[in-house]
Amino acid sequence: MATKVTMPQLGESVTEGTINQWLVKEGDFVRKYDTLCEVTTDKVNAEVPSAYEGTITEIIAREGETVEVGGFICSIAEAGVEDQPSNHQPSNHQANGSVEETETRQNKDVPKAENMKKRYSPAVLKLAREHEIDLERVQGTGRGGRITRKDLLRLIESGAVPKKEPLPIQEDHPASNASHPSTGTHHATARDDRPQTETPSQTRGAQFKQAVFAPSAIDSEKMPSLSDEDELVSVSNVRKAIAQRMVKSKQEIPHAWTMVEVDATNLVQYRDKIKDTFKRKEGISLTFLPFFIKAVVEALKEYPPMNAQWAGDQIVLKKAINISVAVATEEALYVPVIHQADRKSIAGLAHAVNDLVHRTKTGRLRQEDVQGGTFTVNNTGTFGSVLSEPVINHPQAAIISVEKIVQRPVIIDGMIAVRHMVNLCLSFDHRILDGLIVLRFLDSVKRKVETFGEGTGLY
Amino acid sequence: MTRNEDILDVHILAGKQKYFPMWSKQKEWVREIDEGKRHPSLLLLEHEHVYTFGRSGRDEHLLISREQCRQKGIELAEIDRGGDITYHGPGQLVGYPLIGLKKWKNDAHLYLRKLEETLIGTLAQFGIDAGRKPPYTGVWVEDEKIAAIGVKFNRGRLSKTFITSHGFALNVNTDLTMFEYIIPCGIREYGVTSMEKLLGKNIEMRKVIKAYIDQFVNEFQCEVHAYHS
Repeated sequence: MATKVTMPQLGESVTEGTINQWLVKEGDFVRKYDTLCEVTTDKVNAEVPSAYEGTITEIIAREGETVEVGGFICSIAEAGVEDQPSNHQPSNHQANGSVEETETRQNKDVPKAENMKKRYSPAVLKLAREHEIDLERVQGTGRGGRITRKDLLRLIESGAVPKKEPLPIQEDHPASNASHPSTGTHHATARDDRPQTETPSQTRGAQFKQAVFAPSAIDSEKMPSLSDEDELVSVSNVRKAIAQRMVKSKQEIPHAWTMVEVDATNLVQYRDKIKDTFKRKEGISLTFLPFFIKAVVEALKEYPPMNAQWAGDQIVLKKAINISVAVATEEALYVPVIHQADRKSIAGLAHAVNDLVHRTKTGRLRQEDVQGGTFTVNNTGTFGSVLSEPVINHPQAAIISVEKIVQRPVIIDGMIAVRHMVNLCLSFDHRILDGLIVLRFLDSVKRKVETFGEGTGLY
Repeated sequence: MTRNEDILDVHILAGKQKYFPMWSKQKEWVREIDEGKRHPSLLLLEHEHVYTFGRSGRDEHLLISREQCRQKGIELAEIDRGGDITYHGPGQLVGYPLIGLKKWKNDAHLYLRKLEETLIGTLAQFGIDAGRKPPYTGVWVEDEKIAAIGVKFNRGRLSKTFITSHGFALNVNTDLTMFEYIIPCGIREYGVTSMEKLLGKNIEMRKVIKAYIDQFVNEFQCEVHAYHS
């Protein structure tokens, strides 16, 4: 029976690799440690050795194909082995897997490598969680002041552990209740029940907390019980990556939210008038999105702190205006980037969006397409939303969502008029930005959108 | 010879090196390091004019014809490092660290960041405030790239760890017009710079090499066993 070879993990932050070149072909006999292929990730080209001796029975991933870490790349029929388990994944069927088992897995999966500045390594996060250490108050001795596992072990040993303030919100987080409807009634009384530490809702609350503090532990979060009708769906690596990024954003960034209403009547009329000509001339449909991106980009130029990143003791004002655009597929959410959007006309932006959407949906995004974004525009209106609270695309400073344009009665000069209205919702990093500048920025976007109409140049 | 990850042989090669012989040398030395016949090594050198294409290199990023390259005396090399097209030539410090990565968890990103750190530290010695520019690999001063990075992880048969090859190219006194014929690393929107351009004077390569070795030894926590030059 053939053994499947998987894409190796080239470091903890590496999620995928591209097959460059196969050095073997189907039918070849390989010895242990023979190089099977070369895989590229970022600026590293790495050889993938065979862990077995045997015959290559199938090459699964072709040259040029990008495969997630752990994805199958080829099969080898092992020499002298009759039967072999097809992969090394630990069994996931034990729904009642004990905490200890989960911990062991975590230990194995999480390298103890020290991490980049201002990021805590999983080992440090785990220790901090176990001992309720407030990492903000720990002096790191690693490079650039990073906190190492040793730092924490030393603190724990000395007993002088800076404790975290209790975070009551996580004790009975709505999400933990929402995902277990049967315990919904506990929600209101959870606080009163606290002394009885064994109530089911609290046990789950603790699990949720664990998941929140250790992104890498998400896949080990287990349901306490399963009924026959329940279905277990394994989590794809893309889904895992999304989960980790969302958790990271919500965990690190203090989100604040605001919204303005914008009158898009002139824009709607203008676009209706020119859309057919545009389609004929450019070969693509003219949607509202490029107009909103244009307005955002122009306003970003006026308010550089909106196009920024938090960097601890500094704020990085990004010079380039690279707009991430949220693109949804059936399976996942991508945020490809329009680089240097400030140099593009409305027509140019329309093409850029069209191109990115096309490449996202056909799975042809290149690495540079998804990197370098400095501000995100989310087009929630496409799906009919009129109000949303977007999660900031870490490490950016803010994200705007353009909601659905709807006709509404509006008071103008003391009279009721029917206008095409759109809500622009904005979540922002409250470490970098305060309401004042954010609302000035939004007001600027609003004024720009409201002046779009007859006479607005597309080129 | 004992296998010791923390020992480093530094080789400073005088003169301008042709690309292909150096590439062969790297491959040979990687094998010897794997077999424990050679200490982990850091090669520091300058190349003759060459454009190299990494594994993600695209032909369209070379803006002149192959014939024009030949006329200008520029070699072309399609090689096995990661990354796109780049230029090497006189006045540029090229470093090839051939080291085992077991100590650094065989972590690709960690290695790249550490390499960048050695260069940022070196430039700081000369008063240049360089940094990273995520998502791009390499070292940047403002919006211009001063050092490029492209590496290969060779799987050691015996040491069962990755051994690195290829490395970085730091523009010291590089003739920057040579970058005009390519889209370096496939990045269109940003330019390149050099220490000479930033400091307004020719920089002594010897001093840069000395500063770099200190940074490397410090960052990768190793001891220099021998200097060969």
